[in-house]
Amino acid sequence: MSGIPHDHYEPKTGGQRWLHSRLPILGLAYDTLMIPTPKNLNWMWIWGIVLAFCLGLQIITGIVLVMHYTPHVDLAFASVEHIMRNVNGGHMLRYIHSNGASLFFFAVYLHIFRGLYYGSYKAPREVTWIIGMVIYLAMMGTAFMGYVLPWGQMSFWGATVITGLFGAIPFIGESIQTWLLGGPAVDNATLNRFFSLHYLLPFVIAALVAVHIWAFHTTGNNNPTGVEVRRTSKADAAKDTLPFWPYFVIKDLFALALVLLVFFAIVGFMPNYLGHPDNYIEANPLATPAHIVPEWYFLPFYAILRAFTSDVWVVMFASWITGGIIDAKFFGVLAMFGAIAVMFVVPWLDTSSVRSGRYRPMFKAWFWLLAVDFVVLMWCGAMPAEPPYSTISLIGSTYWFAYFLVILPILGVIEKPLPAPATIEEDFNAHYGSKAHAAE
Amino acid sequence: MLITAPKPMRLSEKGTGSMLKRFAITAAAALSLSGAALAAGSEAHVHDVDFSFEGPFGTYDQFQLQRGLQVYTEVCSACHGLRYVPLRTLSDEAGPGIPEDQVRAYAANLDIFDPELDDTRPRTPADHFPMSGLSNAPDLSMMAKARAGFHGPYGLGINQFLKGTGGPEYIVSLLTGYTGEEIEMAGSTFYENKAFPGGMIAMAPPLSDGAVEYADGHDNSAHHMAEDVAAFLMWAAEPKMMARKQSGFIAVIFLTVLSVLLYLTNKKLWAPHKGKKTA
Repeated sequence: MSGIPHDHYEPKTGGQRWLHSRLPILGLAYDTLMIPTPKNLNWMWIWGIVLAFCLGLQIITGIVLVMHYTPHVDLAFASVEHIMRNVNGGHMLRYIHSNGASLFFFAVYLHIFRGLYYGSYKAPREVTWIIGMVIYLAMMGTAFMGYVLPWGQMSFWGATVITGLFGAIPFIGESIQTWLLGGPAVDNATLNRFFSLHYLLPFVIAALVAVHIWAFHTTGNNNPTGVEVRRTSKADAAKDTLPFWPYFVIKDLFALALVLLVFFAIVGFMPNYLGHPDNYIEANPLATPAHIVPEWYFLPFYAILRAFTSDVWVVMFASWITGGIIDAKFFGVLAMFGAIAVMFVVPWLDTSSVRSGRYRPMFKAWFWLLAVDFVVLMWCGAMPAEPPYSTISLIGSTYWFAYFLVILPILGVIEKPLPAPATIEEDFNAHYGSKAHAAE
Repeated sequence: MLITAPKPMRLSEKGTGSMLKRFAITAAAALSLSGAALAAGSEAHVHDVDFSFEGPFGTYDQFQLQRGLQVYTEVCSACHGLRYVPLRTLSDEAGPGIPEDQVRAYAANLDIFDPELDDTRPRTPADHFPMSGLSNAPDLSMMAKARAGFHGPYGLGINQFLKGTGGPEYIVSLLTGYTGEEIEMAGSTFYENKAFPGGMIAMAPPLSDGAVEYADGHDNSAHHMAEDVAAFLMWAAEPKMMARKQSGFIAVIFLTVLSVLLYLTNKKLWAPHKGKKTA
């Protein structure tokens, strides 16, 4: 499938031939599992498996949780406590599900930043990257709506604030907000539609994941050198690659076991560390929490949302040029969605002909600054919107956009890249020493 | 009080080594539900308490939970409910562990309106604790998880990681944090409290030394009672804590073994392809 020359599935028994001529499903499974994979993949290439595991974990725990959950404003909070107290293993199910969302985002951020560093988004893998971004958006929607379901104070007020963002759209905003909520305010209709969509979206994500895998199985994996697998012959390709099974399956499972070790320590010993205490108070439309803070994985974008206040000159300029149609609130909303939108188009913003950041001395520094920027923005998102945090947020948000819109396009022109190895085999041998005897 | 001599604890391993101390959150704000909070912002004072249930090895002290139930019953329950806590769970081995006949008697002391009878009847262990009797007294079922005593520094979550969220500590600090100052405002009395956000709370000081006579003769100073009821409320909020930690240990041990096996498998699998600098 990958365009890399390799052995294809050959049905051996009569039964296999019978099935293969009717439905080549075994061949599909074989080609998927035996795909030639660059043998120099490092440990940052394990997050895909972790993410696939997270999706399965969330769907399975979620389906069982639904068996005991009641989506109604008067009953939802109590039904979650029912799960925590009366359902066999219910407390573990719920803590695994809620912390599973955190693991999911932890892994997806590492997965995305790995792609940004090694240039995995560059041709010919743009479609893989864009589908990945769509998955990420769907994950954010799913997580946000899932957080509303326990119907605690943060659920309710988080839903109020986030749907309020759509209300900031000029002219049609209020109608859109009402349409989203199913009424003038967050209420039973909102809870029910969020529940419905929270159940639907994971299956949409599962389908997108299949397409994501299909896409990179068509182009072949990227790798730390960014150098393509030799496709000149099967023998050449075999020098650069090893089949996914068993080499990468076992490697990925080892990494997954380590990740889950930490995950289950958190679930077992500090399951509420990443949550907010206010969500153990039932939703009360009459009492606003002192600080409304989203879950940690939304904080960088929450910081960008709040960074552009009305005293920032770009906001004032945008407001003046549009005759006040774009106010600070709407500007913040545009900035937040824009921060994700620039990631969608990064394949065309990065002008460098070198794929991997490993051979780009200037890029490296800017990339790591972006990673630090992301963490700083996450921290700012948790802090109150006041000096000095508002100033730090503004600087951080500006750098986020500058990285994608200014630095990446310019770097490709002015940077003098380092020499990359000619082949993956060369890189692999440089790390591990060449073999005494030729493999094939 | 119906609680007689507590049964000896079956659950061994007392809370000793606390590598990490309980759970926490990032930003925090103990909010008030009623009109009790007059102002917000001032950093409340919460002190750390060395509870038996802290850390991965921590367990509930069954005697302490029973004393805490006694404080709740004789003092707190006048205004505050525990609406999400089923009465039958009082006999949980991983909780207060009160004998079932005593739980039945305890439940029978509490009335409930039964719509089928169209009348009140005594509660049974299958019923829950009552709701709050006072409209502005918050329910205490999840209070120990719904408040954060420790924050930061600077929103980094380090204190929560080391000391835990501090819900029970917040309760202890609140119950013992009265300064004795009080003010009248709009016909209500507010009491100054060092732990309460805003500093003025509508709840009169509930505990005084010796307010509850413990059946086991334990020290009944206000501070001890506050710790006991905070421990009880932690159990009320997190009744499956011991089962959860046990599951955590099984998972961690299992995954450690699995990781080692997969590491060795992976090493052996890749060895022929990684040029061992042999001859």
